[in-house]
Amino acid sequence: MAHSADHDHDDAAAHEPTSFINKYVWSQDHKVIAVQYASMAIVVGLVGVLLSDLMRLQIGFPGHFAFITPERYYQFVTMHGMIMVIYLLTALFLGGFGNYLIPLMVGARDMVFPYMNMLSFWVYLLAVVVLMASFFAPGGPTGAGWTLYPPQSILPGTPGHDWGIILMLVSLLIFIVATTMGGLNYVTTVLQARCEGMTLLRMPLSVWGIFTATVLALLAFPALFVSGVMLLLDKTLGTSFFIPAVVSLGQLTGYKGGSPLLFQHLFWFFGHPEVYIVALPAFGIVSDLISVHARKAIFGYRMMVWAILIIGGLSFVVWAHHMFVSGMNPWFGFFFATSTLIIAVPTAIKVYNWVLTLWRGDIHLSVPMLFTLAFMLTFLAGGLTGLFLGNVSVDIPLSGTYFVVAHFHMVMGVAPLLVVFGAIYHWYPKISGRMLNDHLGHLHFWVTFLGTYLIYFPMHYLGILGMPRRYYNFEGYQFIPQSAHQLNAFITVVALIVGATQLVFVFNLVWSLFRGRRADPNPWRAASLEWFTPQTPPAHGNWGAQLPVVHRWAYAYSVPGAAEDFIPQNAPAQAGGQEPDATPLAASAAATGVAT
Amino acid sequence: MSAGVLAPSVLGWQRAQPGAAHSVGLWVFMGVATVLFSLFGVAYVMRLSASDAVAIGLPWQLWLSTAWLLVGSALMQQAAWRAQRGQVSRPAMLAGGGCALAFVVTQAWAWQALLGAKVSLIGNPAGSFFYLLTALHALHVAGGLVAWAWVQLSSERAAWRVALCARYWHFLLLVWMALFTAFSLIDPEAAARICGTR
Repeated sequence: MAHSADHDHDDAAAHEPTSFINKYVWSQDHKVIAVQYASMAIVVGLVGVLLSDLMRLQIGFPGHFAFITPERYYQFVTMHGMIMVIYLLTALFLGGFGNYLIPLMVGARDMVFPYMNMLSFWVYLLAVVVLMASFFAPGGPTGAGWTLYPPQSILPGTPGHDWGIILMLVSLLIFIVATTMGGLNYVTTVLQARCEGMTLLRMPLSVWGIFTATVLALLAFPALFVSGVMLLLDKTLGTSFFIPAVVSLGQLTGYKGGSPLLFQHLFWFFGHPEVYIVALPAFGIVSDLISVHARKAIFGYRMMVWAILIIGGLSFVVWAHHMFVSGMNPWFGFFFATSTLIIAVPTAIKVYNWVLTLWRGDIHLSVPMLFTLAFMLTFLAGGLTGLFLGNVSVDIPLSGTYFVVAHFHMVMGVAPLLVVFGAIYHWYPKISGRMLNDHLGHLHFWVTFLGTYLIYFPMHYLGILGMPRRYYNFEGYQFIPQSAHQLNAFITVVALIVGATQLVFVFNLVWSLFRGRRADPNPWRAASLEWFTPQTPPAHGNWGAQLPVVHRWAYAYSVPGAAEDFIPQNAPAQAGGQEPDATPLAASAAATGVAT
Repeated sequence: MSAGVLAPSVLGWQRAQPGAAHSVGLWVFMGVATVLFSLFGVAYVMRLSASDAVAIGLPWQLWLSTAWLLVGSALMQQAAWRAQRGQVSRPAMLAGGGCALAFVVTQAWAWQALLGAKVSLIGNPAGSFFYLLTALHALHVAGGLVAWAWVQLSSERAAWRVALCARYWHFLLLVWMALFTAFSLIDPEAAARICGTR
């Protein structure tokens, strides 16, 4: 980019970029980058939904769709998993919400490294392009399963073992570079660019969740990078990092001595924190949505912050619970089962605090709140089945079944997505200046929420029945009763309906951009800083001539004696509503204010 | 070009001191790179404990490259101190960058020596890891050189930018010393003892 130097100075001088290209394409404005990230993630997410519907067609109506061959089925499974976990959820929460919310919520004008922020998006886009290219590569995308376990992922017999796996690994490595560039920005912005008065313990929980998840991403993605590089070398240059001496299709390969188990350790050392990279931003955002829409301060703010940090820390010492069936020393199994169950403690604290925030709150059943409540239920249901699977002796018989599919879709698929939806309905007015259509929102909510339960509850039952996951075709197995096939057909029909309903959401996003009702600057009457920009949507530089000054936490709702049922974070100190454990200075400032 | 940010007064961050955000950014990046190399280290030990690993003789050139990094690090630090005091820092900084460049060239020489000794990338994992990790480290050095060139070419060579270069040079030195130590001391025999497989 030869012109980058000039362009940087343009922004540096803080005058608004004027040309269309500077403003919407090569933009260094965190709000534009956030929308770019989120839009791209939603587009790939729709591909992921389409793939899942194709899988469901095969499972529900086997033999009816000749184009879904076994190879293609496994390719759909693999690409669906990888797209949803990495390219949709990670990108959306960190690149989308992280980018949009962090500077606005902490009172900064932008990320501290805007140029690197822009690069982060374009590198992410490149990762997506490389990933999508694998659909058109000879042999198609990889069908190794989203965990890409060697040796099968790179040996003949697995679909896409040539170009597919190479493109997948290259795309992941590029993605990690993008995430690292973004992550450096988010962490540094939170640490360095908070406005006056915005102490760490006044930051909204959304920022805490995204911040902690970013730290996890910065520490966990290197493990995926390490395994990706070594697997790529095994595939392309013939090293033996992961591949033992194997005979493949009757041919002795040149590999010897490699350790497939080493790959699993590295993969899950990334893979488990990845669950929380997706979950922690959701926890944070949900806390804020509950507080705003129940008109009550979040219960136990400090406890919530500590719970986020403790969950983040624990997430690095549980990875081998994904490997119970790979075999391990029983003491290790004991350790990892115990650490896994301990995570239930801070997580339960969070759930209790959400419920206690609702308790005697003034609950508004707006669309964001509906999604928030749905999240709480779904996360609880998914979390409880996690207690089953965290125990080695229960995990071993269940781990190859649909029980696991149901568990992780509830807890880290659907639950965070419900938060994504709730958050988009909540912040769309700030982003676009218009409200999303409420009727479409309700339709979207009820179909998605009820559909989710109709899809995944029966899967728990199928799993306990012993129905194996990863199978292309279930016909001809004596132990699978006819009723299970009928249930599968039912699940497929619901999945198709829920999938199609997501198009209603996308339509709503586009339609409301032009035709939606004009939004007030603060339609939900929220107290956090992002709602108090001089313009809606916020202009370049966010805050006009003067940076805001913060005098309280983001949860001053229904404060007794206050004029309204919320007090903005940047209202003068005299307005009261400080955090319960405010420093004596702030409290006395407030007291003097009242006295005068 | 001013490394992506600008006019702090207008934009309102960096209340503390100029370069504070860049300093935090660099610490975070060094943290990420440390995790990356540590995980490679764990993988190295685990893989080398397998029975097919054979110890390799390390070429003498590695001592020369270590010397380059040591001198480069010292020169960079001197440049940083000089810049901080408002003295001329350019010669020391140029020399520090030159040392890093010489390091990369010497590493390539070491590769050639090792290839001459019939240690290839494939087969023996000790060789595979040696080539992989030296290449990865050299990439980090190259990244440092890009930043170094950037600071050299930029109109304002603020003292804090030189100081950040110096800090990164020390980091590259530490990572290399850790790698060199691992290559020297953790042979298959030692790796197997660590993993309890032998």
